[in-house]
Amino acid sequence: MMLVLLITVLMVGAVAAIVAGEWSRNLPRWIALTACIVGSLLVISIWADTSASSHPVTDGQWLMGFRKTWIPSFGITFHLAVDGLSLLLLALTFFLGILAVLCSWNEIRERTGFYYFNLLWILAGVAGVFMAMDLFLFYFFWEVMLIPMYFLIGIWGSENRVYAAYKFFIFTQASGLLMFLAILGLYFIHGRDTGVYTFGYFELVGTVIPFKTAFWLMSGFMIAFAVKLPVFPFHTWLPDAHGEAPTAGSLILAGLLLKTGAYGMLRFVVPMFPEVVTDVAVPAMVLGVAGIIYGAVMAYSQTDLKRLVAFTSVSHMGFVITGIFALNELALQGVVMQLVTHALSTGALFLLAGMIKERLHTRNIEQMGGLWGPMPQMGTIGLVFAMASLGLPGLGNFVAEFLILLGVFQAEPWITAVAATGLIFSAVYSLRIVGKIFLGPRKTMEAVSDFSVREMLIMAALTVSVIWLGLFPQPVIDTAKPAITELIRFMDVQSAVPDHESYVK
Amino acid sequence: MFKVQSQIMSLMSNNDFYALMPLLVLAGASVLVMLLIVARLSHRIIQLVSLLLFVIAFASLLNIREMLPYQVGSLLMIDSFGAFMIGLIIFSGLAVNVFSYIYFQEKEEGPREYYVLLFLCTLGACVLAVSSHFVSAFLGLEILTVGLYALIAYLRTRNHSIEAGIKYLVLAAFSSAFLLFGMALVYLQTGTVSFAGMAHVITAASVPPLLLTGLGFMLVGLGFKLAVVPFHMWTADVYQGAPVPVTAFIATASKGGVVAALLRFFVAIDGFRSEQLQTVMIAIAIASMVAGNLLALRQTNIKRLLAYSSIAHLGYLLVAFIPGSNVVPQAVSFYLLTYFITTFAAFGVITILSRAESDAEELEHYSALFWKHPALACILSVAMFSLAGIPLTAGFTGKFYVLTTGIGQGLWLLALVLVLSSVVGLYYYLRVITIMFAGTRDLLPEPPARYPVFLGISLAVLSILTFALIWLGVYPDGVIGVVQGLRLK
Repeated sequence: MMLVLLITVLMVGAVAAIVAGEWSRNLPRWIALTACIVGSLLVISIWADTSASSHPVTDGQWLMGFRKTWIPSFGITFHLAVDGLSLLLLALTFFLGILAVLCSWNEIRERTGFYYFNLLWILAGVAGVFMAMDLFLFYFFWEVMLIPMYFLIGIWGSENRVYAAYKFFIFTQASGLLMFLAILGLYFIHGRDTGVYTFGYFELVGTVIPFKTAFWLMSGFMIAFAVKLPVFPFHTWLPDAHGEAPTAGSLILAGLLLKTGAYGMLRFVVPMFPEVVTDVAVPAMVLGVAGIIYGAVMAYSQTDLKRLVAFTSVSHMGFVITGIFALNELALQGVVMQLVTHALSTGALFLLAGMIKERLHTRNIEQMGGLWGPMPQMGTIGLVFAMASLGLPGLGNFVAEFLILLGVFQAEPWITAVAATGLIFSAVYSLRIVGKIFLGPRKTMEAVSDFSVREMLIMAALTVSVIWLGLFPQPVIDTAKPAITELIRFMDVQSAVPDHESYVK
Repeated sequence: MFKVQSQIMSLMSNNDFYALMPLLVLAGASVLVMLLIVARLSHRIIQLVSLLLFVIAFASLLNIREMLPYQVGSLLMIDSFGAFMIGLIIFSGLAVNVFSYIYFQEKEEGPREYYVLLFLCTLGACVLAVSSHFVSAFLGLEILTVGLYALIAYLRTRNHSIEAGIKYLVLAAFSSAFLLFGMALVYLQTGTVSFAGMAHVITAASVPPLLLTGLGFMLVGLGFKLAVVPFHMWTADVYQGAPVPVTAFIATASKGGVVAALLRFFVAIDGFRSEQLQTVMIAIAIASMVAGNLLALRQTNIKRLLAYSSIAHLGYLLVAFIPGSNVVPQAVSFYLLTYFITTFAAFGVITILSRAESDAEELEHYSALFWKHPALACILSVAMFSLAGIPLTAGFTGKFYVLTTGIGQGLWLLALVLVLSSVVGLYYYLRVITIMFAGTRDLLPEPPARYPVFLGISLAVLSILTFALIWLGVYPDGVIGVVQGLRLK
């Protein structure tokens, strides 16, 4: 029931925001903030409950569930459940949700009701995706987050917003529909084999599928997640969408929507098609490495700050896919860390870009420079997150990327060798960000003010989290551990000849 | 003995009477409205009376639930599927009727005869939906079509209207000829014109060539009425030229009736087993989905856009039709239901925004509608999302039903084409929505405040439709249950 409440709180908040928007411009943002805070309190209470009561390793993977029939004629249930992985991502959702509301506080002045409606609705969709344990429901939430995001980019974005919104929507929708076909295929294969027609995850996950069919079905799932993540050749929507979206939109896109792709791979692709996954692991890792390098090189050559940060996302997500397909525990733990830390560091960079744009009215880094002088606080924070982005030890991203590289090394050493060069590239572009924006001669003589209290609060929260994750990553790893061991167990049980041993017993 | 028999006879005719009640009400209504016109009553009264008559016709349908399935002579077969289709068609008539008042009151002084024709067309489509005999099918089709000639060209002072009317007249007559010739060939081969009779004759596994030719000709004729590719050329012009409520009627009721008749015929003769027919239908379905969506891409007129979108949607419908499994009637009825509701929501908004001088048909007129009429813009957006098949709306559930039907019989090619072409479709549906929230110019005038009552009724109907769209998208189980109970006899 708590899980349903998580989604309802957001949806009710969304409707309340749009209604309140009729009367007052300021009310919707308070409603949105309240909804997000209530939601995060709920997540914290779930976390506290479950970590207090259960023994993390011996107990099953699942912490909490809710199940109710929805469309029984097709075997569709409204089934939500969370394990450690979901819980982490849910916590991230609400945390970034609060930040998204706060960062739009003054940026959005028109049609606030509809704006916060969309914002909360996206969060509801994302939260649903992280909890849905019925494939139909999963697809449902998967799509629920699209439309409001389309509006968010299309209405409140910058100059080229309509193009970016189209591109975002059509890419994700097209790939989503292919996934839906794959879901239907799975549904019928399972139904034929067992006589039980159901979309339930736990039933479908054990379906025995002939290899060739499994390959096609996996491709259907994979393409949706690869577009969302994004994996290298499917990334072209991302720089446009990130670049044109309002600050909160970029924050949510980078921090949450991309994560749904990785989550989908971990939750659905790997456990459902273990044999195929082992088979395509190397090509997938190669794509991941290509993404790492390509994203970094592209990031270096951008002049638009938001596009630059967007390409760093492509690079970081390359680590994620490489890690997932390394298929061992270390790498997967790194992946989970990377999901969380990337959301924080890239989110912070997008927020900075938004704040600079509010002050200078440009995203072109050629027109910035020397901003450290007037804004030392922002400069410091910018430096911190640039360092996080390049993977400086002591900050969260280092732990994540290090774990991934360790894990990948066990699977394919030569891939690690190439992927590791990505760290050099990331150092280059990160330093370029700091150098171009904060150092050097000033390009504009406009008076700019440093952080306001609200901005300070947002950035402080992010900074503390990213340092905390860098120094004490163990809680995150522990929370996700049952889910990951389960995943590894799946691989070992299903694949006849495990071609690599799990590093951690 | 004789007495008992006569009692039975009279009992049966009583039952006939009840079973035919909806059709009789519709037929009677057209006469009644004619009398009201003679009595020189105002447009307002005639409109309200016809509204009431539609409601009565709809209500009489609820009455016959107990006696289904019921055969009337050999001509009509009123089974639950047929009753459902009649319900849909009468509902379409009702919706068209509601949207018509303001539209025609703005445009013309005396649009009273319009209602007579509307009743006749509805009657024709209903007869078509329950016909189990070539004669009744053709009769229904002609009642429908002849009424539509006049309805399409109703605004006779407008060029587009006349052009559309002539176009429809020529092509409909042409396609009727094909249909008749096809029927003649089928008769030649089977020696009967009732569906049930044919089912007895055609039992061999293979379909003889002459029969196949006949069926092919019939398919051409019906293809024109359904506006599937390659018989779609008239669609955009007629949609554009006809008055908006009539366009809505063509898009829904007239196609629904034909689909129902086609399905009944195919199920009766088990036409699905013929490989050739199936291949032809698959080709038609793929061509409709692809061509409809591609042609809609560059339209700047929303009526034309919806015309091409309807071509694509008929293609989607065929994906549910072709598998020939026993879920087909359910899938077809459910898809038609969602498609009808969506179409009416879209056309309803267009009707309300249309003015005396011109229809609200240019897409650019819709710019900034979101900020000016948020309610209407939201309804139109929901309708567009539903046409595009986005979850949370009825269109998605409909598409889901269609896809499961197709994939359930292993028609992966059709499913894949459906998915890919609907991605193309997404672009133009999104364009409509984007235009509504882009820009700040507003070109559309206020909805007329002169007719508060009718505006209220129209808006109420629109809200109900929108609610139904979302309800069917979120919690379709009740309706799916109803649809699964539908039987074709």
